[in-house]
Amino acid sequence: MQPTRSLEELQAIAKQIRRHIVEMTGAAKSGHPGGSLSAVEILVTLFFGGVLRHDPKRPDWPERDRFILSKGHGAPALYAVLAECGYEAAPRELLKTLRKLGSPYQGHPDKRFLPVLEASTGSLGQGLSIAMGMGFAARLNGNPSRTYVLLGDGEIQEGQIWEAAMFGAYHKIDNVTAIVDYNKMQLDGFIKDVMEVEPLVAKWQAFGWHVLEVDGHSFPALFAAFTLAREVRGKPTVIIAHTVKGKGVSFMENNPKFHGVAPTPEEVELALKELA
Amino acid sequence: MALKTRYELKLGMATREAFGRALVELGRENPDIMAVDADLSKSTFTHLFAKEFPERFVSCGIAEANMVGVAAGLASHGKIPFAASFSCFLLNKAFEQLRVAVAYPGLNVKIVGTHSGISIGEDGPSQMSVEEISLACSLPGFVVLAPADEVATRALVRAAAEHVGPVFIRTGRPRVPIVYSPDQRFEIGKAIQLLDGDDVTLIANGLMVAECIRAAEILDAEGISARVLDLHTVKPLDREAIRRAAVETGAIVVAEEHLVDCGTGVRVAQAVAELHPCVMEFVGIQNTYAESGPPEALLEKYGLTAPHIAAAARRALARKRGR
Ligand SMILES: Cc1ncc(C[n+]2csc(CCOP(=O)(O)OP(=O)(O)O)c2C)c(N)n1
Ligand SMILES: [Mg+2]
Repeated sequence: MQPTRSLEELQAIAKQIRRHIVEMTGAAKSGHPGGSLSAVEILVTLFFGGVLRHDPKRPDWPERDRFILSKGHGAPALYAVLAECGYEAAPRELLKTLRKLGSPYQGHPDKRFLPVLEASTGSLGQGLSIAMGMGFAARLNGNPSRTYVLLGDGEIQEGQIWEAAMFGAYHKIDNVTAIVDYNKMQLDGFIKDVMEVEPLVAKWQAFGWHVLEVDGHSFPALFAAFTLAREVRGKPTVIIAHTVKGKGVSFMENNPKFHGVAPTPEEVELALKELA
Repeated sequence: MALKTRYELKLGMATREAFGRALVELGRENPDIMAVDADLSKSTFTHLFAKEFPERFVSCGIAEANMVGVAAGLASHGKIPFAASFSCFLLNKAFEQLRVAVAYPGLNVKIVGTHSGISIGEDGPSQMSVEEISLACSLPGFVVLAPADEVATRALVRAAAEHVGPVFIRTGRPRVPIVYSPDQRFEIGKAIQLLDGDDVTLIANGLMVAECIRAAEILDAEGISARVLDLHTVKPLDREAIRRAAVETGAIVVAEEHLVDCGTGVRVAQAVAELHPCVMEFVGIQNTYAESGPPEALLEKYGLTAPHIAAAARRALARKRGR
């Protein structure tokens, strides 16, 4: 696997995605900026960095890699990425219709409105199981398609995640890579104050997974981890990506308020200045 | 209440907020009251209880099935746990636990669903609950409550705490009109007649009660006299009030913010069929999931506003009169 874009190019794309996220949630007056911003480098590495095998011109290519946004409330980040990739079903000029009646950009990913999505999500805890089924079927069909699934660190408190984890190791689903957006926060506040998930590396290892731990805002580190994950045989890989909730906008970083509250028009302006 | 009363519907607080406040009041009176949460305390307003009674607030993380199991265990030790989450996650994700750990042994667990129906708006269908009346009613022994406003919520949360046995309370996200005076009395299983009328009866609960009052006004202007019943208890059903509506008005419209296939309407229809068959019409969500959008726009698009209820009443009346 070779990176398809330079570090500078990826950084510029990431900045653009962040601007979209701020403008979209600002225009919608609701939504989840914090968890969208923390996932930007992960998504940009996948979709623009040469990791995900996909072709925006052929969204139904059977051998495409799949991506599932299991933490569906991060939808603004995914929508902005799909639009910047040039998917016809995801027009850039409609991004600001996020959450409006009839928009392809529903509050949470909804395949009925945006068919290029691989799954409808929003109820936390379900994406990893769907990824397991996709990985199982791809192997059975001799399809080289790999499946990537992004989980929230709060989301992995759901029991179903660990049922899927057990399944993945037992069935040796090595064509699935999970990423945990480890931003240390959930809806009500810090993970440690709601329901601690540590020791996280040891947990996934105990469940039989290959575990990698990276800086989730470093393109080279993410790219290296995805490259390693492709080479692992006989078990699935999880990438624990250490991130900052609200990353890129100073007053949103590590601020629990911006989990599920949109920026005001003044805050949008301030944020866009920082992201200029 | 006299016919042709014009109701001044003033906007009150959301029923979820009324729940959170009522729970704090109960907590002050009874040390056995507890709140059990799955990372939504800011949304369900159990954070108010957490602030005042941190030792009686149980944080479960995003794990609704476990939360309900934990509530069952607390109840086994004589606690009165109120487990709260969005209705969809509470009923759908923890249904098996509600069935086997709570309903089956008949434990004294209270579950409170917030963000019910489609009036949550922009978050969209994955967070909307349109099937939970059906799910809750399918749990033997459960009491199922759906208060219309802050006054009803406060009273019914209290009634739920006093009732020994499992209770589900359905509350909503948006602020809703106040339909009751502060001194209104509520009893589990007793519907409340808000307007009298003899041409047709409009039956509803939750935020649809206010829509029915508005529909009654529309109908009143056309010379149609509509009775409005708040069926705040969906289970057990007030069969006597329903029988009287069938006998005295001969036409019933049930309006609900829920799938029409399996909610309050079908339960009322069952009672009507047994007690006194009459013409019926049903207003509710038709075999679909909704979408993102402003709450008012969604209620309108999915056919849940007063004009839709008035139209259903006209249809019922025409059928009753054989036209
Ligand atoms: C099953 C379920 N329970 C509760 C929620 C409500 N909810 C939405 S986001 C969220 C917190 C998610 O935290 P995390 O997974 O850490 O996401 P991030 O920090 O990346 O935003 C909660 C509880 C939900 N969407 N699904
Ligand atoms: Mg998080």
